[in-house]
Amino acid sequence: MVKGREGERIRLYTRGTVLGYKRSKSNQYPNTSLVQIEGVNTKEEVAWYAGKKMAYIYKAKVKKNGSHYRCIWGKVTRPHGNTGIVRAKFKSNLPPKSMGARVRVFMYPSNI
Amino acid sequence: MAPQQRKPHVCRNPDLIRGVGKYSRSKMYHKRGLWAIKAKNGGAFPKHEKKVADAAPAVKPPKFYPADDVKKPLVNKRKARPTKLRASITPGTVLIILAGRFKGKRVVFLKQLTSGLLLVTGPFKINGVPLRRVNQSYVIATSTKVDISGVDAQKFDDKYFGKKVEKKKTKSEGEFFEAEKEEKNTLPQDKKDDQKSVDAALIKSIEAVPDLKSYLGARFSLKAGMKPHELVF
Repeated sequence: MVKGREGERIRLYTRGTVLGYKRSKSNQYPNTSLVQIEGVNTKEEVAWYAGKKMAYIYKAKVKKNGSHYRCIWGKVTRPHGNTGIVRAKFKSNLPPKSMGARVRVFMYPSNI
Repeated sequence: MAPQQRKPHVCRNPDLIRGVGKYSRSKMYHKRGLWAIKAKNGGAFPKHEKKVADAAPAVKPPKFYPADDVKKPLVNKRKARPTKLRASITPGTVLIILAGRFKGKRVVFLKQLTSGLLLVTGPFKINGVPLRRVNQSYVIATSTKVDISGVDAQKFDDKYFGKKVEKKKTKSEGEFFEAEKEEKNTLPQDKKDDQKSVDAALIKSIEAVPDLKSYLGARFSLKAGMKPHELVF
């Protein structure tokens, strides 16, 4: 793949943290993850992010498709509670080691 | 006074409750003046002669009836339309591309193609983005507009961007290995000329605005503390 200008880092995503799975006190439902998006603190602010795509990126020892980096795609589904936490569904459920790990929240599909 | 110009008639039988009118059948008969129409016509309500329909051509009973009923597929009256263009995207708007090879680039919108994709150009000299198609969902529209009146984008459509169909050559053994080495990576000259002609008018109107050229050359990036949901584009 052609790399245009190397060294110019463009960030077109917001950082997010995976907090865990959707859960009640003693049961967890791994098909939905909870994500904390940086800078989002209320339910109303989450409305902008609804439907935006997210990617959980991790490294592996074996090269797949020419890269050590792998990705699980997902999207923001709905707000979770009142303080800006977000529920997200991924193509395949996030692995437990992703708890506390970084997730990229992209600005597409865009509506502006 | 043309007879067509009539005030719309207020309802003669207002509803007391939904389904119950104020006036009874016999009162309505009187109100509508059916008695006057009948009197004018000599006691009976005027009738039109029934039009004689042509007798349908005789259909022969079919020779073959399928054993089980054959289901007919439902009628589909949907029409394919290009995606609705957001109000913020008008010809000449500067867009920010969010994904793909040119992510972060600020680019000028030319028109929407019939497939729904947006036709966009860098201009190429300014930021390296050629005439390209882009999906509306992967783009942020800014409020900056460029004057696009000098640009003729009529000839560009989805077929212009389609993959070129290669003609298959002969398959003799010797030539097999040599023919595969041909790399068709070069852009045909007419595409380069199209790019130049579109960009020529654009670049003139861009240079007329102070700083717009360097704005289009710069890429967009989120920095520390920037919250997309609070940004105004």
